[in-house]
Amino acid sequence: MKEMILEYIRNEYLDDEDDEDIELDENTPLISSGIVDSFSMVSLKRFLENKCDVSLPDDEATPEAFDSVKSILHLVQKHQKG
Amino acid sequence: MSDKLHWDDALADLNLTQDGPINIGYLCTDRNVERGLGDKTALIHQGHGGALGKFSFIDLKELSGGWAAFLEDRGVGSLDRVCLFLDRVPELYIGFLGILKLGAVVQPLFSAFGDESLISRMEDSGAVAIITQRKHLGKVRKVRDRLPELTMVVVIDQTDAHKPLRDGEVAFDMETGRNADFIPAATGAESPSVLHYTSGTTGKPKGALHVHESVLAQYLTTRDVLDLKPEDVYWCTADPGWVTGTSYGIIGPWTLGATQFVLDAGFSSAAWYQAMSDHKVSVWYTAPTAIRMLMKDGAELVKEYDLSALRHMCSVGEPLNAEGVLWGREAFGLDFHDTFWQTETGAMMITNMPGMTVKPGSMGKPFPAVEAAVVDADTGIRIDEPNTVGMIAVKPPWPSMMRTYWNNSATYYGKFLNGWYICGDRASIDNDGYFWFSGRDDDVINTGGHLVGPFEIESALLEHEAVAESAAIGKPDPVNMEVVKAFVALKPGFEPDDDMELSIMNFIRKKLSPLAMPQEIEFMEKLPKTRSGKIVRRMLKAKERGEEIGDTSTLDDD
Repeated sequence: MKEMILEYIRNEYLDDEDDEDIELDENTPLISSGIVDSFSMVSLKRFLENKCDVSLPDDEATPEAFDSVKSILHLVQKHQKG
Repeated sequence: MSDKLHWDDALADLNLTQDGPINIGYLCTDRNVERGLGDKTALIHQGHGGALGKFSFIDLKELSGGWAAFLEDRGVGSLDRVCLFLDRVPELYIGFLGILKLGAVVQPLFSAFGDESLISRMEDSGAVAIITQRKHLGKVRKVRDRLPELTMVVVIDQTDAHKPLRDGEVAFDMETGRNADFIPAATGAESPSVLHYTSGTTGKPKGALHVHESVLAQYLTTRDVLDLKPEDVYWCTADPGWVTGTSYGIIGPWTLGATQFVLDAGFSSAAWYQAMSDHKVSVWYTAPTAIRMLMKDGAELVKEYDLSALRHMCSVGEPLNAEGVLWGREAFGLDFHDTFWQTETGAMMITNMPGMTVKPGSMGKPFPAVEAAVVDADTGIRIDEPNTVGMIAVKPPWPSMMRTYWNNSATYYGKFLNGWYICGDRASIDNDGYFWFSGRDDDVINTGGHLVGPFEIESALLEHEAVAESAAIGKPDPVNMEVVKAFVALKPGFEPDDDMELSIMNFIRKKLSPLAMPQEIEFMEKLPKTRSGKIVRRMLKAKERGEEIGDTSTLDDD
């Protein structure tokens, strides 16, 4: 799942010219670094819900929870466990 | 003689004369050095990861002079349009001033814009140069072929570690390009300065053209409404891709010689409070959407930070609801002072001045140098009856008023009625003279304080391979005031499922911007249309808001 999310972020949020400059891993800041803005979080949340078959409550889909793939995985897994 | 404030009162303060030269770039930089503020900190910049940069007014003078000389050496002349397509890096703020010192016209572009948003704005303006960074270079390269007038792409962070630049691209390092000797152009009051594009209900975004004289209004409103004093540290949270970020994130504060703080990082409540504490921010100009995002994290969080330096707070972008003002009192012990103005007005028009009683939810009163009223939408006749809704109107002229829409003077003249400039928003005025916002008078979507045109979104939606018909409206939202909702009919053979929804959302995000991305998509068999085939946005809007749908007799019903 981690690789799937990383690949999605790389494809959707990083510009072509960025690829050579930005190392993206599970700890890379997403929101605080400006890679993903607060409006774009909506489509990222939709992607996670579609692909990971979870429902993420709005009040838990915070900039902090979305700030790295690691924290995103934590949130998704928490809700997958139900 | 009236003792009422007049815009020309700024002339003496800024050592200007009615007919003499007036250059915003000079006023923000060299003039501060000439009056002994050279060593004062002009900009405290906090970038990603907390990296700090400090720039004095001497730095501002020399670095902006470097920008002006660099552009001049490469053939950029006065009145040429030069775009800035940058994150909130120091080069954005200082490059802005350099372009103005040269006498060219600066055209800021929001760094999250996608290719279609870039093309519509740069094609119209005929920009000759764009200043950008590696991070956004791919987007520029993608649109270059469609912009024949664009002859130069300037890249601010090119290093030997990067792949080489291509033809027509040139690297510029601001620090090594310093120039203390550049003589600012002797622009006049009516010389064009800033070109900001803004969205309307129909057609492509329109370029509101401002002139150097605008500084008189930006200076006075910054002095009197933002109440900036020499010892303040001021933070304007707006991005200079939009007018607040230039009028009050560059021009107003630096003509006063104020110290500004800039945070180039994504939003989080804790990070904002930490930055305000670290840099002892004393005056804060932010937006209702940001305030509501902070509210979600509670007033208790605020108490964990030392915000004792904070003494004055203002808001702009959309009407600040009463809850926001009341929460501000609880969290900070201060009032948020709402301000109302537009890209077209260039400076604040209706304000809550310091010391004025703030009525939570009200827009405030006209700034003392402004004559504003509500008028009848059809006749433009002033409505004197209190608490009666009409169109917000301002009596022209004023220094920061746009001089035209670029290439579109017909629309510009259409903004006036019976001697008033009509803002396009509805409001009423109470018995004490306070304005109360009622709503917009058009279909423009105000999301997070930014205007998004439904036509732009609908046109872009139709470029998605699966979309046959489209409509976009503003859906009420507790944080952003409105978010974009799209109604879509698909072409035969395409399925309206979750993947399709995500595909369309991302398509618009990348083509236009994250602001324009529909946060919700409703798939329909077909969209409601008039007999002539025009999609009726009004019906979709009414349906969404649970309002009366109104007359449907002219609609297609087959």
